[in-house]
Amino acid sequence: MDLLNAFVALSNFVLIPAIAYGSQLAIGALGVTLVYGILRFSNFAHGDTMAFGTMVTILATWGLQAMGVSLGPLPVALLAIPVGIAGCAALVLFTDRVVYRFYRGQKVVPVIFVIVSIGVMFIYNGVTRLVLGPDDQRFADGERFIISARDFRDLTGLEEGLALRTTQGLTVVTAIIVVVALFWFLNRTRTGKSMRAYSDNEDLALLSGIDPERVVRVTWLIVAALATIAGVLYGLDKSYKPFTYFQLLLPIFAAAIVGGLGSPLGAIAGGFVIAFSEVGITYAWKKVLEYTLPERFAPDGLVQLLSTDYKFAVSFVILVIVLLFRPTGLFRGKSV
Amino acid sequence: MNDTLRATGLFALVALLVLGTGVFQSWNSALLILNMGLVSALMALGVNLQWGFAGLFNVGVMGFVALGGLAVVLTSMPPVGAAWAAGGLRVLAGLALGIGTIVGAVFAWKRVSGRARGWIVAVVLIVGFFVFRTVFDAGVEAVEAVDAATSGYLGGLGLPVLLAWPVGGLLAAGAAWIIGKTALGLRSDYLAIATLGIAEIVIAILKNEDWLARGVKNVNGLPRPVPYEVDLQADPAFTERAAGLGLDPTTASTLYVKLGYSVLFAIVLIAVLVLAQLALKSPWGRMMRAIRDNETAARAMGKDVTGRHLQVFILGSAICGIAGAMMTTLDGQLTPTSYQPLRYTFLIWVMVIVGGSGNNLGAVLGGFFIWFAWVQVEPLGQALMGLVTAGMSEGALKAHLIDSVQHMRLLTMGVILLLVLRFSPRGLLPER
Repeated sequence: MDLLNAFVALSNFVLIPAIAYGSQLAIGALGVTLVYGILRFSNFAHGDTMAFGTMVTILATWGLQAMGVSLGPLPVALLAIPVGIAGCAALVLFTDRVVYRFYRGQKVVPVIFVIVSIGVMFIYNGVTRLVLGPDDQRFADGERFIISARDFRDLTGLEEGLALRTTQGLTVVTAIIVVVALFWFLNRTRTGKSMRAYSDNEDLALLSGIDPERVVRVTWLIVAALATIAGVLYGLDKSYKPFTYFQLLLPIFAAAIVGGLGSPLGAIAGGFVIAFSEVGITYAWKKVLEYTLPERFAPDGLVQLLSTDYKFAVSFVILVIVLLFRPTGLFRGKSV
Repeated sequence: MNDTLRATGLFALVALLVLGTGVFQSWNSALLILNMGLVSALMALGVNLQWGFAGLFNVGVMGFVALGGLAVVLTSMPPVGAAWAAGGLRVLAGLALGIGTIVGAVFAWKRVSGRARGWIVAVVLIVGFFVFRTVFDAGVEAVEAVDAATSGYLGGLGLPVLLAWPVGGLLAAGAAWIIGKTALGLRSDYLAIATLGIAEIVIAILKNEDWLARGVKNVNGLPRPVPYEVDLQADPAFTERAAGLGLDPTTASTLYVKLGYSVLFAIVLIAVLVLAQLALKSPWGRMMRAIRDNETAARAMGKDVTGRHLQVFILGSAICGIAGAMMTTLDGQLTPTSYQPLRYTFLIWVMVIVGGSGNNLGAVLGGFFIWFAWVQVEPLGQALMGLVTAGMSEGALKAHLIDSVQHMRLLTMGVILLLVLRFSPRGLLPER
């Protein structure tokens, strides 16, 4: 029995990665849920919007690195994020102008919007691959660890090491800032309030003189910012590959639906539910159990519930359970 | 009359395009386009059944197609005796236990009531899961250890490969039933997300479960319903006839084999097309369209909307499964890594929408037309990019531009989809 080491091992392999991944999913799911709340469709192009914003950020990062800019321990990509957001915002606003606005005017059923968003996804995907290619790109620089496993062992004298990567710390800090800023905007500012009003009851909002096109434009701006930030954080933490971003659609949608589509608070909760389940179920618990259980009961195998290749299955199963038992999600989102 | 004329004209145009490929490129590539066009048309018919008839949005076509491919391996490959002896029964017992656990949990959920229900179901699931893993994992390990370089899997049933086509349909129908039971009756986008998920999971299973179909090691040398080229070339009667047509034996044999596939595929496509047309014109088809156009009204007329949706969803997925089995038979191998959602799900959607959703002939036309475009865009793009970069000096930019041509397809397909949706939303052959 060695609970301290068990906790350190658990933090190192489950808690910290899951919190970082959960923050990335939460920011991604916030984008999906905002589009759903205001524009009323599931945006399948969201993964590729993230990829596009990240791509612009990467290009800007490379430019800054070439100019010799350095942030010391932090990655230069942080400086490039505004450029990425601007590029992404220009793209989604342009898309809205030439594609989505027409269908809004026609008042088509939501499923047509979904199909249109798939067409948009094709195009974003093609553009990203045309510019940067389909391969892995690394753009992280600066200090790799806030604290490395060896330093931690030397510091505490414990058997287990605890590594905290810079990108993980950065992810959590950025996520908190983004979420606080978003909620302040939605709850305190006039524009944010008009967005919420529009989301709750479109007719009433129009009646009280809210300009719908303005609400839509602001929404796209926020979505572009959220998508770029989520994409850059994920890319820094893991690696940037366009196809991975397409695959992120499933956990992101699962997070948004688990929390309740259209509910920002739900998106955050959903992101963490999905991340903790994914990491927890695909983690080999052998080490933690060895520390917590008496020696006689120590497990022989890895005690890994599912291989990491099936992490998508985890978000899928959670999605199915929520759809079966509580289709509106944990936080009672919309169900049209 | 005008509609018939339009359909005939467009089909003649597609035929002309394929024939043109034969004349200007080679007859082999023309037949290749024709064969995959037939398969694509069948997939498009399946999706059209779901979307055009019933308004169901399935973005998991890839998963159903891959299940069809799996069916070919499971049906037609010879069984690996050593693997069965090593752990075959254990794997099957493990699977049975896994299914038993789920059935038991569902049963417990339905029968028990009150506060204990959740706990009992949880206990059943957790205990069942660990028992399943204990039995199953050892079996899998034993099977995969058998001659891992050449087999390492259980093999199939050794039945004729044509039997795999309906089996592929059945596998896909089973998966569709599970999805339909959970996601139908909820909001329309939920079905889309659920099907997207199941497709990814099917591919993950194909890639990782080596005991089933060798995973990423691929299964090669699947049995064929048509003779082998080598045998044909060795047959004096065949070479003589080829010479009579003025062809050398090698070309003649490849053409003969491809034509054999074309005939088989055409038979299936025509059969499914006739059935789909009959269904569309029957009271059942009218009911489906009525449900699509106004669910509330259909419900008020006493129609079981969710039940009908489930039915048509299973039918459409089964057709995709059959097409997937046909495609794997044509390839002669199962390569799980080759299944890409953009190619197998969204391309089929472009076919249906460009062809004309709700019109079976339109789906078939879209299948041929878009497949032709998909194949031919790349050489065209290459030529175009070659022209653009002709004046540039050698360097990274030129290499990058020429390299990027392979991604032009995605862009082209996206633009085609958006343009058709915007300016001709009813497609080339609109629904009547």
